[in-house]
Amino acid sequence: MDYQSMQLHQLADGLRARDFSSRELTEAVFSTIERKEPVIGAYITLTRDLAMRQADRVDELLSAGLALPPLAGIPGALKDNIATSGIRTTNASRMLADFVPPYDAFVWRILKQQEMVLTGKVNMDEFAMGHSTETSAFHVTRNPYDTTRVPGGSSGGSAAAVASGEACFALGTDTGGSVRQPATLCGIVGMRPTFGLISRRGVTSFSSSLDQVGPMTRSVRDNALLLDALAFFDRKDAQSVERRSDSFVAAMEEPFGQPVIGWPQAYFESGDLLDDVKHQLEKARDFFELIGARIVPIDLEMLDACMAAYYILSSAEGYSNMNRYDGIHYGHRSDHAETLEEIYTLSRSEGLGAEVKRRILLGCFALSSDNFDAFYMKAAKVRTMVVREFEEVFRTCDAILTPVTATPAWHLGTHPEELGGNKYSNDRFTLPPSLTGMPALAVPAGLTDAGLPVGMQLIGPRFSEGTLYRLAAAYEDAHGLLPLPGEVKA
Amino acid sequence: MSITDYESVIGLEVHVELNTTHKAFCECSTTFGAPPNSQVCPVCLAMPGALPVLNREVVDFAIKAGIATHCTIEPVSRFDRKNYFYPDLPKAYQTTQNDFPICTNGYVDVASGDGIRRIRISQIHMEEDAGKLMHHSEGTEIDCNRCGVPLLEIVSEPDARSAEEAVAYLRKLRAIVRYTGISDGKMNEGSLRCDVNLSVRKKGEEAYGTRVEIKNINSFNFVARAIESEFKRQVELLESGGTIVQETRRFDEKTGQTYSMRTKEDAADYRYFPDPDLVPVRVTKEEVEAIRKTIPRMADERKASYMVTYQLTPYEAERLTEDKEMSDFFEDAVAHTSYPKILVNLILADISPLFTEDTVEYPVNPVSLGALSDLLGEDEINSNTGRRILKSLLENDFDPKAYVEEHQLAQINDRSVLEPIVQAAIATNKRAVKDYLGGKETALRAVIGFAMKATQGRANPLLVEEMIHEAIVE
Ligand SMILES: [Zn+2]
Repeated sequence: MDYQSMQLHQLADGLRARDFSSRELTEAVFSTIERKEPVIGAYITLTRDLAMRQADRVDELLSAGLALPPLAGIPGALKDNIATSGIRTTNASRMLADFVPPYDAFVWRILKQQEMVLTGKVNMDEFAMGHSTETSAFHVTRNPYDTTRVPGGSSGGSAAAVASGEACFALGTDTGGSVRQPATLCGIVGMRPTFGLISRRGVTSFSSSLDQVGPMTRSVRDNALLLDALAFFDRKDAQSVERRSDSFVAAMEEPFGQPVIGWPQAYFESGDLLDDVKHQLEKARDFFELIGARIVPIDLEMLDACMAAYYILSSAEGYSNMNRYDGIHYGHRSDHAETLEEIYTLSRSEGLGAEVKRRILLGCFALSSDNFDAFYMKAAKVRTMVVREFEEVFRTCDAILTPVTATPAWHLGTHPEELGGNKYSNDRFTLPPSLTGMPALAVPAGLTDAGLPVGMQLIGPRFSEGTLYRLAAAYEDAHGLLPLPGEVKA
Repeated sequence: MSITDYESVIGLEVHVELNTTHKAFCECSTTFGAPPNSQVCPVCLAMPGALPVLNREVVDFAIKAGIATHCTIEPVSRFDRKNYFYPDLPKAYQTTQNDFPICTNGYVDVASGDGIRRIRISQIHMEEDAGKLMHHSEGTEIDCNRCGVPLLEIVSEPDARSAEEAVAYLRKLRAIVRYTGISDGKMNEGSLRCDVNLSVRKKGEEAYGTRVEIKNINSFNFVARAIESEFKRQVELLESGGTIVQETRRFDEKTGQTYSMRTKEDAADYRYFPDPDLVPVRVTKEEVEAIRKTIPRMADERKASYMVTYQLTPYEAERLTEDKEMSDFFEDAVAHTSYPKILVNLILADISPLFTEDTVEYPVNPVSLGALSDLLGEDEINSNTGRRILKSLLENDFDPKAYVEEHQLAQINDRSVLEPIVQAAIATNKRAVKDYLGGKETALRAVIGFAMKATQGRANPLLVEEMIHEAIVE
């Protein structure tokens, strides 16, 4: 069955019309997985048996005439930093390679209640620290549009699984851009919602004040539908916020009207922004203007400061959050440790990868009493200033249009430098929404001449997800979905 | 110079374990003594993705402590992370309030010599306990039941000047936490723990000396001994031309000495920063006022009222109010006697030692003790008999008046009954009488003792003494 050309609401309709069963759909997804997975490498753990049981259950409920939520019976994947009771949750780290949590993340629990079918746990950068999914302790994941290239990261497994049809949707997590950047590099839609809109409970913390779960889907409509299924208040997440929209799908369907879209000139003038990317963004801007939006140039000065602030704050929090992986209570413990000191040093040396260690050291440095004021405090101040800068812009703008990344996907084993980009600043555009807690949606803008996906980012004030979906849906309706990637070659 | 030319400057950091139903950041029980690791969950075991949510009861308890110590209750306070590795700390950081504590600028007044010493409190902050390590020959086991149990840390200014004042301050704090019901204040179970900061200086000097911290002392007695020995050590060191190093020391209960643990140079950098998992703690004026109404009358207030109502001395009133249970007991008993002073003597001499740190119920029925006070006050029994009756009352309760009648314990105040007994006493103890007349005052005791014995202790001893005196002198 050709489920890949269908959006989630169409799959939901098909299941209810009995055009196909959840079992058939799930088997079709797993046959794609069997075919493509040896090349793509999206998954760390497949949960086929569970998926089939869940699918059969949905088929029974549907044939009993029950009204089920839209996601019921549709196979999706979870990033492997989302706790799944009884199913190992590795965070793509040797440290937690055998860790089976005795609890469910809030998002997994509510999706289970909505009868989703779980295909498995997908690959990521170790502890979500990275841009290419290459820091995974297990294996690399390949970009379905060009399997010699990275899928982006850290939610690279999620993005690759959705783009290749190895899942109908996926959850990722976004700290500095980890949903939006891989979504863009793999040609799918990724939303980083307002901070607190989706509970973080049971999602491994990298940087607690920045981490957000985000829906990753092929289409904008799918994304709104998935966010509707995820955004619930959780009293056990102190940062959880109540949603302000009953339905993001309904908000998306409202008339386009005459929105004001900010165009941050400075974002498009830096040297490493590839012409291909720039042209796609300009075309998108012109399209929005054509259908009634007012485009206004805006000044956003703090992009470079955002970079520094982001790396300091995320590494500081990451340092503190990573210290619990000490070989004492759970996780990897070195076989060679004899003293307490050795349990700590050897277990962590063996269990954690180079990128994680780099961030721990950076955070440890920024928080030390000698450096605290010059680094951590300064970064916290920058964060406050960035929030003000954006709030000021949103007094006149409904949304801001920016690139997601400076370049499309680069080759495995290299860096964005090979495309004229910069390893650390390539995805700097995704950082301001992370720091400000404002929602940002990454949507495919088109393909480069070489056939690589390029994305645009729409940023809005807090709780403006409906507006962002509405703008993106208008673009998607006019341009259609990106063509599916071709069959993979082994 | 001698040791009397120096004074100690003492600040105290007191950790109070709160008896909230649940832990500070999860819903685990805090009950003491449960089987190891039976009161744990993903949050207090720091499993990946587990998130803390502040238990509001902890805030209420902190506010109670703040009100009772005259603190400002801050409208906004914040939790920070104190990062360090230790096997009893699964998160590898302690959640605590470093920069913005919930209560600031309070004080506690304690009796000192004839006057009062005000010990200022710089801050009270909320934090959490760690687990417990159990070492055996085969290795070390970790019990995480205490992980995340809420604590208050009450930090004083360096205002105490002696071991007595420091201990008086601690007793006062213990009374406060027990009066407010936020902790059982048991030092032996670790519900109240104390770090002492001590420096010395010559009397009359303003500047502080280098301070030394003595960690984790767990009884009032040890606090006093640690202070005295550390004071002596520092003075001797200075007198012999040495200098004090800023360091952390521990008190050894066996030797009564303090020993160096680490100097400032090896002090850990805890890399404090705001805990991003928690939101700022907000407290409204209305909440503070509502909590203020729930606080029972505090020790100072009771003390003042006892001194006026019952003409008690400051010492008596202070002792009675040190412990809320004892003070409640006094109030219950005093309603049943016309002789409050006698009641107070009975309580302070014979009953107060029975109010231990673990007391949950009264050791004796306050109504019976009131009746006993009346019997003593009316001279119906003498103090010996009183003590004997009290001893029986501690075993099981009865009506002392009926008991006295039943056992014919009433004091003999009748001269005609005592007269032959006094004569017999003089006759049998001629030598003692002679000694007494020769100037040996104490010799009379043997004569009185004989008469008391002959009446099974029921004779009024003062009357007996008077009659003997009359008989032999005339
Ligand atoms: Zn717990």
